[in-house]
This record gives sequence, structure tokens and C-alpha cells, in this order.
Amino acid sequence: MFTDVEMCEKPDVVSTPYGSTSILRIRNLNVFTEDHHILKDINLDIPKNKITVLLGPSGCGKTTLLKCMNKLTDLYQELKVSGNIFIDEDDVLHSNSNIPAIRQKMGLLSQRPYPLPMSIFKNVAYGIKLQGVKNKSLIAETVERNLREVGLWEEVKDRLHSPGASLSIGQQQRLCLARGLAVKPWIILADEPTSALDPISSKIIEDLFRNLKQKYTIILVTHILRQAVRLADHVVFMNFGEIIEQGKPMELFKNPSTKQLKEYLVDGN
Amino acid sequence: MNRRKLIEERFFKLLSSIASYSLIAILAFIIVIIFVKGFHALTFDMVIKAPKGGFYYGGEGGVLNAILGSLYIAGGASIIAIGIGMPAALYINVNLVRHHALQNTIRYFLDALWGIPSIVYGAFGFTLMLYLGMNASLLAGIITVALLITPIMIRTFDEVLCTIPKGLLESSLALGSTNTETAFRVMFKQGFSGFITAILLAFGRGIGDAASVLFTAGYTDLIPVNLDEPAATLPLSIFFQLSSPIPEVRERAFASAAILTLIILVISLTARALSKKYSKSNLQ
Ligand SMILES: Nc1ncnc2c1ncn2[C@@H]1O[C@H](COP(=O)(O)OP(=O)(O)OP(=O)(O)O)[C@@H](O)[C@H]1O
Ligand SMILES: [Mg+2]
Repeated sequence: MFTDVEMCEKPDVVSTPYGSTSILRIRNLNVFTEDHHILKDINLDIPKNKITVLLGPSGCGKTTLLKCMNKLTDLYQELKVSGNIFIDEDDVLHSNSNIPAIRQKMGLLSQRPYPLPMSIFKNVAYGIKLQGVKNKSLIAETVERNLREVGLWEEVKDRLHSPGASLSIGQQQRLCLARGLAVKPWIILADEPTSALDPISSKIIEDLFRNLKQKYTIILVTHILRQAVRLADHVVFMNFGEIIEQGKPMELFKNPSTKQLKEYLVDGN
Repeated sequence: MNRRKLIEERFFKLLSSIASYSLIAILAFIIVIIFVKGFHALTFDMVIKAPKGGFYYGGEGGVLNAILGSLYIAGGASIIAIGIGMPAALYINVNLVRHHALQNTIRYFLDALWGIPSIVYGAFGFTLMLYLGMNASLLAGIITVALLITPIMIRTFDEVLCTIPKGLLESSLALGSTNTETAFRVMFKQGFSGFITAILLAFGRGIGDAASVLFTAGYTDLIPVNLDEPAATLPLSIFFQLSSPIPEVRERAFASAAILTLIILVISLTARALSKKYSKSNLQ
């Protein structure tokens, strides 16, 4: 009963060294601008229910890689993208099925929080309302559960109807996480999520990620090596748009096999 | 060195304060002149009565016909401008986000349209009216003024939407919203203050413009009750009264100008208050 397509895709479903299958498979991904080759032949498997950390010097293409995954590269005329990104047999980059549905499989947490111009409650309810949920008590329940999950409920339960933008930046970042979790994504794409936060808020986010990986797969971009050591199950080191090395954090950080990673680690410490 | 900086600092502070205070002074001066000159004629009759026979020779009556005509025309045109302009501005900023060349071309044309003198719109509206076999009427006036103010509406709203960080657009799309949902539920709300400013600017331009309604709306002493009837407007009413040799009638022109100014002030203050209240409850 195998069709040709399934036959030739089969070898791609590799199991990762972590005893879990890969949830996202990137094949021959290239991103160009007119005069710049931003991502060069990226091949990457993201292990399910693990935290994959993307490391690399500024400008090496980490954010661009994340944006490819949920097709936000569409918003940039100057970026030409080629290759395949498979999530559950759907090719994100060439899918004919609707893009919003694919994007909902990936929650985005950007460097700076962007609360939607509405109340705290509506921020979290936004995504499920889009999915067509109308039942008021179900919505309220979902909002509470997700705010609890990010540890924001106690702080905001008395001001659910004040605007999202009235929260502190750290709270806003957690609100954005709750908003993303409410649509039940498979993967969380986090682009330096703690870079605008104080140490305490950063720690809250880190702890959250450690718990969240039971249910979600996390792809985290960070410049903080210690954070990578604390959180990563899998580390991918990039430089100039290429994947230089990848592996388990301890092995990679103790015995970097390339000069580039060695230099990066030395400069980072 | 330090002394030089201090003098420099003082000089520019003085210069900018002179500039801003003189602007306020000029505005105040204009308003005062209009009110002083029109004071005697500014009676209750002016706003509750249409012109009676001999009004333009100093007889009884008021300019209710022009007040209502102006409100109808500017209001109707604003509704059309909102209906076209709001989705258009959102479309430029959401759907066309990856088409810079097209965005810029559209903006260029809108700016050009904004710059066209209103008498040209008047002439165009007049030609259109004849072509369609319409008479000078409320409807023709509304359509012509709508043509005049729609570009203003789009560009003003667009300028505010432009400043919204791309990250918000990305966040909304990443949650799985379509372009349309992103436009109307997120971008519109985030740019709401710009939307209010746009309406205000468009309405203000529409209610104050004489040239575009000169041939298209006609002029009548009656209060229009149908779209196909001609309608008077305040700017034209001011113009007719001001050209009279009779001092009492000229005084009424200033009274009418004062009424027009008041209408614009009241509307802009209400709109500002609304937008402030709205953004308080949603943004800050
Ligand atoms: N829209 C774009 N147009 C042109 N060049 C771009 C665009 N987006 C990214 N680039 C270029 O691609 C390269 C990678 O950018 P990217 O933002 O992915 O880097 P990054 O690894 O996330 O860096 P950082 O750690 O500083 O966030 C940079 O050289 C950048 O200038
Ligand atoms: Mg980045």
C-alpha cells in the first residue's frame, strides 16, 4: 500500500540519538537575498520533546532559520527560500494546505514581546477563538490553564481585562508564551526569549521550558552559553549560515571538533 | 566651548518657542476676528432657521440649510471614505507587506491625489454628474467630496499603520490568523488612533471645502430631505453672504464662519476624547 511518495520519504524518518523521533526535518534549506547567501544547505532533524538550542555568532542566520520554519519568510520580499521543511509529512515551504493551520503547529516567542492590542484575557483567547471555539466557559478555562502554565495567573487574575501592554516586559513575555501555548502547538520557536528580561524573569522562563518539554518540542536560540548548558538536550552550532557542528551539549562543549566552535566557546566564557 | 553651547541651546529654544506660540496666536487671532465680526449676527435664529425670503438682503432666517447640507455631505463622504479607505490602508500594510514596489507606487499615487486642488475634483465631479445624467444634488456632492477625501483618509491611516513594528504582524500570523484576521483584529486596533486622526482630517477637509461642491451640490434655501435634491453648504453660504454689499449680511457671513469653526472644533475634540479613551482601555 505504499505510494511512491511515502517510499522515498521513508528513509528521512530517522530516529535521533535521543530515543525519540524527529518532529521536524529540514532538508537542503537555502535562503538567499540578492547579494547574500544567508542559509547554506541546512539539513537538520529536530528531536521530539527535547530542547534544541541554536548557537552561533550574531548574523549567522538563526532567526532566519526560525522564520523559515513557520513560513514568516513570506513577509520578506527580499528573501528567496528553497528546500524542504517537513512537519508531520507536510512540507511547510511547499504545502498547499492552509498556512495558518501549519503556523498553529508552531508557537513563536520572539526576542521582544508583542502583546496584541487587547486585554490580557483576549490575548490568550485570541488563538482559540480563531480556531472557532465559541463556548465561553471553555475559553475562560483555557485562558486560566495557560496563564497558570506560565506562572502568570496569580499575578494577573484580578486584572484580566486590562490591556496586555500594561504588564511588565517579563510578564508580557510570559503572556506571549501563554498565548502561543493556548493554540496547542507542537513546537515552540523561541528566539532569544530572555534577552530583554531580568535574571529572575529569565529564570522563570528557563524553568518553564524545562517543564514544557514534556509536552512540546522546543527550539531555542540563545547567546547565553550557560543557558544552553542548562537547558539543551541537543545543540546546533551555526556560523555564516552553515551548521558547523551538532550534538549533545556536554560532548560538544567539552570536545568541540571544529576550530570555529572552539573559538566561539573561548570568546563566550 | 561650553558657553557657546549654552547660547546655542538658548537660541534654538527661543526660536522654537516663538514658532509654536506664534502659531497658537495666529489661530486664536483668526477665531477671535471671526467671532467678533460675527458676534451681532450670531443669534439662535441662525442655527435653527433656514433662509426666509429676503434673507440675503438682511431679511429674516438662518443658515440651517447650509449647516445640515454641510453635515450631510461631509458625513456621507466620510462614511464612503472610511468604507474604502480603512480596508485599503490595511490591505497596503498587511497583504502587500512583501511587495515594496507596489506599496510605494500606490502611496505615490495617493499622495498625488491628495495634492490635486479641490476645484479639479469639482470639475471632475461635474463632468461625471453630467455623464451620468444627474443634477447638482446632495448625492453628487457626497460622491465628489468622497473622491477628494478618500486619499487623505487612506494615507493618514497608512502612515500610522506603517509605524507598527513588523513583530506584531509576525506574532499575529504565527498564532494562525489569516491576513484578514490580522488586519482587522490586530492592525486596525493597534493603529486606531491613526484611524481617528484620518477620519478627522478627511471630515475637516470635506466640510470646509467650497470648490468641490460649487457645481456638484448646487445651492438652495431649502433643507435637503432626499439624495437627489440640491444642498447648500456652509462654505458656499459664507461666500454668498460675504459678497453682499449689505453690512448686516456680511456680518452673518462671519457668524456662519464661526458656526463652521465650532462644528469642526466640537467634532475634533469628541474624536480625540474617543480615541484617547479607546487607546487607554486597549493599549496602555
Ligand atoms: N530581510 C532581510 N534582508 C536582507 N538581509 C537579511 C534579512 N534578514 C536577515 N538578513 C541577513 O541575514 C543574516 C542572518 O540574519 P539573522 O537575523 O538570521 O541572524 P541571527 O543569527 O539571528 O543574528 P542575531 O544573533 O544577531 O539575532 C544577516 O547577515 C542579516 O543581515
Ligand atoms: Mg536573531
